[in-house]
Amino acid sequence: MDGRGTIELVGVFKRFGDGTVAVDGVNLKIADGAYCCLLGPSGCGKTTILRMIAGHETPTEGEILIGGENVVGLEPRRRGTAMMFQNYALFPHLSVRDNIAFALRAQGIERKERYRAADAVIEQVQLTALANRMPNQLSGGQQQRVALARAIVTKPRVLLLDEPLSALDEFLRLQMRSELREMQKRLGITFIHVTHTQLEAVAVAEQVVVMDKGRVEQASSARGIYADPASPYVARFMGGQNVLSGVVRSSGDGRAALTGAGGREFELTGQNRQLAAGSAVNFAVRRDEVVLAKAAAAPALGVNALRARVTMTEYQGTYVKVTLAIDLAPGEMNGADEFVAYVPEADFFAKAIQIGDAVVASWQTGSGRLLTGDANAFPRH
Amino acid sequence: MQTSSDRRPWTFYVLAAVFAVYVLFLYGPMFCIFVLSFQGPQGGLVFPMRGRGIFWFVQLVTQADTGDMIGAITRSIPLALIVMVLTVAVSVSAGLAFREKFRGAGVLFYLVVASLVAPGYVLGIGIGLMFQVFGLSTDWWSSALGAQLSWTLPFGLLIMFAVFGRLSRSYEEAARDMGLTRTATLWLVILPIVLPGIIAVALFGFTLSYDEFARTLQTTGGTNTLPIEIWSMTQNVTSPSIYALGTLTTIFSFVIIGISLSAVALIQRRRTGRLA
Repeated sequence: MDGRGTIELVGVFKRFGDGTVAVDGVNLKIADGAYCCLLGPSGCGKTTILRMIAGHETPTEGEILIGGENVVGLEPRRRGTAMMFQNYALFPHLSVRDNIAFALRAQGIERKERYRAADAVIEQVQLTALANRMPNQLSGGQQQRVALARAIVTKPRVLLLDEPLSALDEFLRLQMRSELREMQKRLGITFIHVTHTQLEAVAVAEQVVVMDKGRVEQASSARGIYADPASPYVARFMGGQNVLSGVVRSSGDGRAALTGAGGREFELTGQNRQLAAGSAVNFAVRRDEVVLAKAAAAPALGVNALRARVTMTEYQGTYVKVTLAIDLAPGEMNGADEFVAYVPEADFFAKAIQIGDAVVASWQTGSGRLLTGDANAFPRH
Repeated sequence: MQTSSDRRPWTFYVLAAVFAVYVLFLYGPMFCIFVLSFQGPQGGLVFPMRGRGIFWFVQLVTQADTGDMIGAITRSIPLALIVMVLTVAVSVSAGLAFREKFRGAGVLFYLVVASLVAPGYVLGIGIGLMFQVFGLSTDWWSSALGAQLSWTLPFGLLIMFAVFGRLSRSYEEAARDMGLTRTATLWLVILPIVLPGIIAVALFGFTLSYDEFARTLQTTGGTNTLPIEIWSMTQNVTSPSIYALGTLTTIFSFVIIGISLSAVALIQRRRTGRLA
């Protein structure tokens, strides 16, 4: 790779004509040939960023560099990007083949060569049998492949995908998801994929950028985002984590001892920040690392343990999602976070956990991760 | 058990009766005229039929005393074609302009729509008066053309609003992404996509002009368009010729509408139904 597909956003800020701030100072670097997902709820600015990279919007402030060159003000065609639109934007009056060949028209490539190149990508996306159909005669998944073929026929260095899977049903979504991933690997170009679906992002992307209110909350690997969220917002948005809070009792040597409401004791390891004693902090505990025991079997409460009551169980196949209501200490208010344990299927049925059971939920010290940032940032649904 | 969904509710029969009356009201008179136009030389203006044949059709084109039908047609059709072309050109351009937001767009829109609301007859008198004030003579190709455009343009614009309102911006952006110039995007992407809408505007432009009476009456000058010629004929001709004329113009209108609708259907079928 020669770095021509590297993307860098420097202090990018976008205010629309009506005064709304869509993107509020974003700095981001996407490696050449990476599969990057911009993830966030609707209105978080992810699509605006995509459209600014494509050249369909102009940032109010900041620079966008593609392959080291500032492209702000350049026409879309001059940027070496291609965009796949959410509704695909296939021209209804042109056949599949003509739609794809059309993309080469403006490049001054002669007709015969255009069709040869179009046929080559049509074969790549396995649409040869449908090459003469009109877009409206195709299924959603087939239309998506045409849109993909039309985008890659111009040999872009960056492919921009705006909610590419949102128009498909669940089954097709999973299939097209892996097809996109395969295509990206085969082409070796940078993909930037905008989505509001957490599982979609972590499934396809090497780099996941979680956004909220025009800002980047966290940019990391898929595993980093899911397993090691940086903020309460990311932990809540990604799911898979319980967000808890406590006051620092002591800290040092990468360990911290916390006291929660009602004198509950928690311990965290692995953070290299020195925490001031007496400061309130948030931390996350992975839901699949929470162990449940019937309360009767665990009379004494140790470190990293809570008493709770089971309020809901949801069978998920390999595990059971158990929602708990924490037994409130005197004077403690019910928090907005729910506490959930993902109990392995066999364990759940061996322990015969029922709704209404009193349980003790506990976890190993290593399962807790310190969070920074706004404790009250909840994803909007 | 007999479920209520097996029987139709009483409202079905009431609405069906209303619909039947409506259809009778709409097509009954037309059918009467159609039938009465095929009478023999003894034919009159009312039933019963006296003889059968195409006598009155022959009469219509050969007899000068039934009015200048051929002349009126040779004015009405070119006028309708001119109105059609201008309506398409202006409505499509204006529709494109309104797609971009510009200052005063709202005011302009209401000004345009106001001419739909203004009473046509009064508008016609006004245009006739203005031509007089400026010392210009009224004629079908000048003052009547303008009067008719005041009627067809708002219609055309409203149709184009509906058409462009459904046209996703992403088509233009996709074309721009491919590096197409704005002109190429217009001719190769936008206009082909909205072609069925353009045909609808053309059809409206043609038929609204071909039919127009109120605005044309005071603006057509010394020579009449077809509706006005028919109207003046009803003032002094009392033979089934007038029914023959009605039959002919109705057939002509149906042919025009049929051609337009087939064109739209053909485009739609090319884009969806047909298997390659």
